[in-house]
Amino acid sequence: MNETTKEILKTVADFDGEFKGAYNIRVNGACASRQSTEHIKIETKSDAPGLVVTIDADTIGETVYVPACVTEGGVDDLVYNDFYVGENADVTIVAGCGVHSDDAADAKHNGIHRFFLGKGSKVLYKEKHIGTGKGKGAKRINPVTDAYLENGAVLTMDTIQLSGVDTTDRKTTAKLAENAKIVVRERLLTDGEEYAKTDFDVILEGVNSGADIVSRSVAKGNSKQEYFSRIIGKAACTGHTECDAILAGNGKVYATPALYAENEDASLIHEAAIGKIAGEQLLKLRTLGLTEAEAEEKIIMGFLK
Amino acid sequence: MLELRNISWNVPGGKEVLKDINLIIPDGKLVVITGPNGSGKTTLAKIIAGIVEPTSGSIFLDGEDITGLNITERAKKGISFAFQQPVRFKGITVRDLLELSAGKELNQAELCDLLGKVGLCTRDYIDREVNAALSGGEIKRIEIATVLARGTSYSVFDEPEAGIDLWSFTGLIKVFEELKKKNHGTQVIISHQERIINIADEVVVIADGVVRNTGAKEKILPTLLASDKTVGGCPVEMRGAK
Repeated sequence: MNETTKEILKTVADFDGEFKGAYNIRVNGACASRQSTEHIKIETKSDAPGLVVTIDADTIGETVYVPACVTEGGVDDLVYNDFYVGENADVTIVAGCGVHSDDAADAKHNGIHRFFLGKGSKVLYKEKHIGTGKGKGAKRINPVTDAYLENGAVLTMDTIQLSGVDTTDRKTTAKLAENAKIVVRERLLTDGEEYAKTDFDVILEGVNSGADIVSRSVAKGNSKQEYFSRIIGKAACTGHTECDAILAGNGKVYATPALYAENEDASLIHEAAIGKIAGEQLLKLRTLGLTEAEAEEKIIMGFLK
Repeated sequence: MLELRNISWNVPGGKEVLKDINLIIPDGKLVVITGPNGSGKTTLAKIIAGIVEPTSGSIFLDGEDITGLNITERAKKGISFAFQQPVRFKGITVRDLLELSAGKELNQAELCDLLGKVGLCTRDYIDREVNAALSGGEIKRIEIATVLARGTSYSVFDEPEAGIDLWSFTGLIKVFEELKKKNHGTQVIISHQERIINIADEVVVIADGVVRNTGAKEKILPTLLASDKTVGGCPVEMRGAK
């Protein structure tokens, strides 16, 4: 494992030399290291590049790591990972991704993840993305997440992309049965000429299912972001989608939240707020002794925390 | 010592709000600036902190002309400012804000001490965001705690009682009295409240943009109260909290 790989793993998956529990480290399209545990099996997918991760029913408190690294230009990685989470399991899945290019060739990762959450299971899905390297080659990450939640399952997605990814096209879909919940906390920072698109499509099929999708983003430099979010309520359910964005420099943000209510007991809310940092916020922090640039940095980092 | 020399301020393209203000704020004193609404008190406080630039005049801090210094530079010179209407931040927690104010990480005991002084329970508040979920009274107390956390030589409080509930008001008086007792530094408080004026060493009355009267509390307060009885237009509010 070279230094670039270690750095990426440290950033995206808190790697400190080893993972405790089940893991699969993917580097430049190949498996670099893998370990299953008694309750979490990681196997090679037979019909496509990728993994099948099977988590036994009633597995509590375990974490499985499936980070992916692209460490050089010219790599166009495509991976299909399926996660089968047994009934009443309560686990954390860490799936960060870093792309690095020191030359003129693009470095690209496309991760297609499917989650099948059994009845009553709970998953915290943590995904951190980063682009590094001084090469002119573009760093691109395009994650697709498809989630299927059975009765009473809960999926919490904690996703963050803070710097260096030239383009990202993120697509998330979810279908929820009775009493299932999905909670999304997305944070995005783009700068320079970067572009990020994020698109949620959540179908609340079951009675008392719920979605709470919150995206906080900052668009600096000449970067551009597009936010699409659609919640479809087909039963008595609750849905909330929110896009909160800060503009700095010439950044652009297009937000399009949408609600489709197909049942009279569907209760759906959307919010979108876009604007530059409030002048009063800068003033307050400056009265504490921060310069304007320091104040802006603190406000942005707090917002994306 | 803080000294304002011939300070004037005009609304851009409009009327003169402050007219040739001359004031000396002695070290270690609690000075209350009072006066009717619209008399220019908040503008004067903001001029001290560098938030508003005077149209003319100079400000001296311990003999140094700080008129040209910006907000950050004045903060670094030891001037703190508590806003009348504190700003809210998404994502920044009470702990973050207090640590930014103190310029260092704070341990549990230090946070407890600061929040306890403004009547908030540390456990309930340190990890809360300073956002719209906080009530007006809560955010006001946190604003005051940020000034306490800085512990600077000069603290300016702009109507600290505004929007604050009855408990906070009693607690607020204690905060100012304690600061005064420990002689932490000079406090300038913009206020209409008799109970705050009552703990002042000196009172400055501003009306129509000029200093109408200035002197020890014992001298000024009776004139304000008398004015209230006879004219009915006194700046002083006789009851505790608004």
